Amino acid sequence: MPVRIQHEDFNAGDEIAALRRGNPGIGAIASFIGVVRDLNEGDRVAEMALEHYPGMTEKSIAEIIEQAKSRWSIFDALVIHRIGRLKPLDQIVLVIITGAHRGDAFAACEFIMDYLKTRAPFWKKEQTAGGARWVEARASDDVAAERWR
Amino acid sequence: MVTILYFARLREALGRASEQIALPAGVCDLEALRALLRQRGGAWAVEMADGKPVRAAVNQDLARGDTRIGDGDEIAFFPPVTGG
Repeated sequence: MPVRIQHEDFNAGDEIAALRRGNPGIGAIASFIGVVRDLNEGDRVAEMALEHYPGMTEKSIAEIIEQAKSRWSIFDALVIHRIGRLKPLDQIVLVIITGAHRGDAFAACEFIMDYLKTRAPFWKKEQTAGGARWVEARASDDVAAERWR
Repeated sequence: MVTILYFARLREALGRASEQIALPAGVCDLEALRALLRQRGGAWAVEMADGKPVRAAVNQDLARGDTRIGDGDEIAFFPPVTGG
């Protein structure tokens, strides 16, 4: 399954090793890891809770991966996204792409993240000194996704 | 009957995560359903108001105001997504 939604942490090295195992055609592996920052909109973030829409989340990310595979020459893609309570320094999301060459691997990796940011149904709620608040979507994320059209 | 799901800030503001309703005659797309929910008043009128950035999905696919809906559909309303 190229999409995993889980509470548990992940190990990027282990996942890369598993994804490339036994394929001597791979010449490039691109990866992205998103992590929790301690500062957002000028406020210290103590913790956040990530909510999602079970079923649609997996489906939407699988569709994004299929789009990436149709646009670029890549072998495989893996997306792991964590849900539940996370703290600064924690890893949130992992994307790994394997391909023959770096150009397509880099592009597919960035495309998947840009689309995930604007289309996959996740929502973050932050705990700050001022209380809990839902994170607002960023216009810059829409712009980033738009450039792939 | 259709199932309607609400997520994140919208779920909290509306005070419910899901409900099942029978679609009245004439309510055949998302825009019409949103107008129907708006008529409940209170938080519904505020959250479902025109201009509010409400996103929606029908049967787990992102949808638009003119997306058709019908019996048996799973419909979801939620704020713009903030994952990654």
